[in-house]
Amino acid sequence: MNIVVLVKQVPDSGAERTLRESDHTVDREVADNVINEMDDYAIEEALRLQEAHGGEVTVMTMGPQRAAESIRKALSMGPDKAVHIRDDALAGSCALATSAVLAAALRDLNPDLVLCGAEATDGRVQAVPHMLSERLGIAALTGARKLTVDGSTLTVERQTDEGYEVVVAQAPAVVSVWDTINEPRYPSFKGIMAAKKKPVTELSLADLGIEPSEVGAAGASSAVVDHRGRPPRSAGQKITDEGDGGAKLVEFLASEKFV
Amino acid sequence: MSEVLVVVEQVDGTLKKVTLEMLTLARELGEPAAVVMGAPGTAASVADKLGQYGATRIYAAESEEIDGYLVSPKAAALAALVSQVQPAAVLLGATQEGKEIAGRVAVKLDNGLLTDISGLASDGTATQVVFAGSTIVTSKVTRGFPLATLRPNSLTPSPAEEAASPEVTPIEFTLDKSDTRARIVERVAEAKGARPELTEASVVVSGGRGVGSAENFTLVEELADLLGGAVGASRAATDSGFYPHQFQVGQTGKTVSPQLYIALGISGAIQHRAGMQTSKTIVAVNKDAEAPIFELADFGVIGDLFTVVPQTVEELRKRG
Ligand SMILES: Cc1cc2nc3c(=O)[nH]c(=O)nc-3n(C[C@H](O)[C@H](O)[C@H](O)COP(=O)(O)OP(=O)(O)OC[C@H]3O[C@@H](n4cnc5c(N)ncnc54)[C@H](O)[C@@H]3O)c2cc1C
Repeated sequence: MNIVVLVKQVPDSGAERTLRESDHTVDREVADNVINEMDDYAIEEALRLQEAHGGEVTVMTMGPQRAAESIRKALSMGPDKAVHIRDDALAGSCALATSAVLAAALRDLNPDLVLCGAEATDGRVQAVPHMLSERLGIAALTGARKLTVDGSTLTVERQTDEGYEVVVAQAPAVVSVWDTINEPRYPSFKGIMAAKKKPVTELSLADLGIEPSEVGAAGASSAVVDHRGRPPRSAGQKITDEGDGGAKLVEFLASEKFV
Repeated sequence: MSEVLVVVEQVDGTLKKVTLEMLTLARELGEPAAVVMGAPGTAASVADKLGQYGATRIYAAESEEIDGYLVSPKAAALAALVSQVQPAAVLLGATQEGKEIAGRVAVKLDNGLLTDISGLASDGTATQVVFAGSTIVTSKVTRGFPLATLRPNSLTPSPAEEAASPEVTPIEFTLDKSDTRARIVERVAEAKGARPELTEASVVVSGGRGVGSAENFTLVEELADLLGGAVGASRAATDSGFYPHQFQVGQTGKTVSPQLYIALGISGAIQHRAGMQTSKTIVAVNKDAEAPIFELADFGVIGDLFTVVPQTVEELRKRG
């Protein structure tokens, strides 16, 4: 079973993130850039499937030069090789354009399974797997907390607000995973060394047969008009419990008419 | 006036709150029309309530395929409807399924997509709160009509001044083979008892690592029940197995925006704040006076939750 794992480099969600004044795009220069946390779980799932069923695991990312660090990091967990889609014209691409580019690259690789994180911590669009499914005409099994593979039959438990759904499809398919699916491994020293030598194929828009005008800020299907900081919440009253903390809390709730 | 399509989310005949919010918003933008997609009989079960919130018409796609396959058939039906009625805007809930349907429709129609909006003006400008609530963005589609997903709890739903009695019109659409590739074979509801739905509750009481164990979470539940609230948890609490994952609040969990949020033994990491900081009133109990959660708490108690919470429960009981 050949698997492609989609990986995205994002600004660290645990640190402060800002938009640039000039064009309202994410300021990726000042941010600490990391692998989208949820993607680690997709890589782990791919490696487990490879251990059980054989085949190759390829990491694919679309992003600037800087994303090469994230590719090496991903490879150090164990995947065999990587594809880096990189083109200056891609900066500022919307989800629609991103999915068109990824779909073009996936068509060439023709994998049995495409794995990705259930959402990216920056855009939180959660729509790319279904956009890929729509473009490639293959099934999308999204929001998985469990994935089993039996021959070409894929079964996932999809997390829902009410509980979960069991969804079945035939490969090839796109599967997106939540962080409940497994516990990602840490790269070993050997893995980190090996990653330096693993092949990384760079693809440009020309390689994929996509016009620069269809992507990036120029081809975006939506645009940010303006942005501003939200006034931070200010702290209110803070008391130290001196045996009456619970009673004081209830008094507060009563004063605010909650009880 | 042009129609604004609202894609309805419901569970067993009860409309999700985000649907009522979307209808309330749609009334300001044009003529609200509801789109009901599900098993046969779904539209009839929600028609009255949709009418109360101002839906003048219901477009329905009801079939075994719509109900039995993941998302694709719904996207096919919605795209077909959009092409037929040329709406002023289309609203979906910013829920997993809402976002997925919207993504597919965006590809089918090559139309821009506005995700997780908290408001939409009649000129098509959407408001979004991003980066854990720190930044407000306004944006627009540059191709097509505003196709947007509304974040739950963005506005207070209100019934229409005059209820409508919507007529049900079936949507004409066809499915091809690629629409029925992901079959839903089972739906499993996990018990959450009589508590309100986390994302819709007006009171949420959440526990974190400080709660210490699954058994101790009964304390969190007790307080939630006395306040008629839902129970939430931090990721440290769900990862440690104290509470089921579906109750996680935060960036990779649910976004809640209740009238009252009580955080017990939660430090207030930025990823947790992302899911709760638009709550109206925030109360925190934490034994660490420096915990960042206090920076946004309207009322904070520095103390041990195992003494403060039982006393709170007792005081609330006394008041009846
Ligand atoms: C990509 C990413 C996504 C994430 N998504 C989420 C998310 O969706 N939701 C989320 O919550 N987290 C998320 N996190 C994790 C987040 O960074 C924190 O690790 C987590 O929120 C911490 O949970 P906590 O506050 O319960 O635990 P801790 O940070 O360990 O805090 C426990 C608190 O309990 C207090 N305490 C301990 N004992 C007591 C007592 N007896 N009485 C009173 N107080 C006590 C302590 O003083 C401390 O402040 C995410 C992290 C990453 C990297």
